[in-house]
Amino acid sequence: MKASSPEYSPASPLVFIEHLYKSYRRGSQNLPVLEDLSLAIAEGEFLALMGPSGSGKTTLLNLIAGLDRPDQGVLSVGGVDLTQLSEGQLAAWRAHHVGFIFQFYQLIPVLTAFENVELPLLLTPLSRRERRDHVALAIELVGLSDRSHHYPAQLSGGQQQRVAIARALITDPTLISADEPTGDLDRDSATEVLDLLCRLNEEFGKTIILVTHDPEAASRAPRLIRLIKGNLITDERNNKAARHFPDNSQALT
Amino acid sequence: MFKLTWRNTFRHPLRSTLTVAGMALAVLAFCLLRTMVAAWYSGVAAASPVRLITRNAISLVFRLPLSYQQKIAAIPGIVNLSYGNWFGGIYIDERNFFPQFAVYLSKYLEIHPEYVIPPNQKFKLLQDRRGCVAGRQLARRYGWRLGDAIVLKGTIFPGEYRFVLKVLSQVAAPELAGPIAQKIDALFKNSLAETLTESEAAFQMGFVSMTEALLLAIQVVSWLVIVVILVLLANTMAMSARERLGEYAVLKTMGYRPRHLAGLIMGESLLLAFMGGLLGLLLTFPMVHFFKTKLGQYFRVFPLTNTTLALGLATALVVGLLAAILPAWRASRVGIAQALRRVG
Repeated sequence: MKASSPEYSPASPLVFIEHLYKSYRRGSQNLPVLEDLSLAIAEGEFLALMGPSGSGKTTLLNLIAGLDRPDQGVLSVGGVDLTQLSEGQLAAWRAHHVGFIFQFYQLIPVLTAFENVELPLLLTPLSRRERRDHVALAIELVGLSDRSHHYPAQLSGGQQQRVAIARALITDPTLISADEPTGDLDRDSATEVLDLLCRLNEEFGKTIILVTHDPEAASRAPRLIRLIKGNLITDERNNKAARHFPDNSQALT
Repeated sequence: MFKLTWRNTFRHPLRSTLTVAGMALAVLAFCLLRTMVAAWYSGVAAASPVRLITRNAISLVFRLPLSYQQKIAAIPGIVNLSYGNWFGGIYIDERNFFPQFAVYLSKYLEIHPEYVIPPNQKFKLLQDRRGCVAGRQLARRYGWRLGDAIVLKGTIFPGEYRFVLKVLSQVAAPELAGPIAQKIDALFKNSLAETLTESEAAFQMGFVSMTEALLLAIQVVSWLVIVVILVLLANTMAMSARERLGEYAVLKTMGYRPRHLAGLIMGESLLLAFMGGLLGLLLTFPMVHFFKTKLGQYFRVFPLTNTTLALGLATALVVGLLAAILPAWRASRVGIAQALRRVG
């Protein structure tokens, strides 16, 4: 469906985007990536963003996760207007509210799985013992307790991605940004990772935004948004995967 | 964070080892060259402020009449007086160079109380016109013992001279009196052999200043070595930081701030510099010992001071800090989305 109701006013969505624009400069040219995009995502939603390369899905994810800034428009997450935050405030906000999962895991190769998961906690006032307990719990959650002292190079791709998920979870964020988390994995490992994301969403109520090219991965998300050339083309519900979400989780363009 | 800094430092063992080795060699060269300059000035440092040296005003190679002796001695303030001449003999062959002076011995020893000589040896020395004194270090080098005959082939005074070693001297601490140089020089103004009187330190300094250009070159080289290692370390750090831009971006996504990233890079650079500096200092000791042994005939002392060691290590740390500034600045400014795109 192509949504088109600019008057829509959400009650209390976690992510609220209205008339968002983003472009990049390439040499002397200005390349628009997102144009007049509006969208609302409720807390606890599992949303898949699909689209061809260059459609703006990673850019949209980066904007929602506070990694980049829009040129224009409204962008608020959890009631915080991200466009008004300074770099330092944005960093602090990310540390508290967003967990990141990347296609290529992005683990620090010289640190063990345990130490990688612990990294976000080093910025918190938690004691060493508290950090250790938190990390042990997160690693147990992703089923890697017996591998916690292995270095990334000693783990398979699927295991590395599970470590990355544990790292994303460790600060108990509201929002998890997953940028093609299964893009570098074989089918079995991809299924394990997707199972884990579904569990995080269903059992722990994490809001997950999944960017993917893989229709099978997207089919695990109850809500699917397609972007083409920076425009939101469809906003669909997957009844097989869908759970019950409030009505304010609809797209606007 | 220290754990990450430490492990990053040894992430590329070969690169880190070579960088540490480079820094060690630079610090070694720096300390060694500074020590060499200090050795050059050691004659000046050891000079007594209470002794004056009067020489021919035209040049050192011209002598003064012996008759000046009484006139100088008569000047108020002169307590004692001796005279001497550069002998310039060759011991076996030219390679065995060491300075030799023919002196008015009894007086010379009186005004050089820093030479500690047992009374019986002094007595025997003054009794024998062929008697000579050698420093312990010199005697050790050629295996001389008391009573040995030492044959020198004269260059200024042709002939073969046979001396008998009567005393092995040892230097204690000097101290005494005040200068009256101007009075002496005024006394011989407009004479056939005008004099130039200066303190012993100034006299030694005159020798040093003849090689001033060389000393300056040594000092410039010692700092150039440091600049070279600064460039090398900066290159290493820039390379490491460039390779890890993706990781820095990931750390930034987690909330790490530019100062944290700068700290990681600075820490790594300082660690490399510190290890290199420390290794360099450790290598300096045996190297100074080696030079002391090999250049003993030219340098009375080869003084490796604490100041040189501290300066060597401090220089290494400053190099470490400077080398990290640019990479740290770049890493702290890395755009997350951009860097992740590059890695992905």
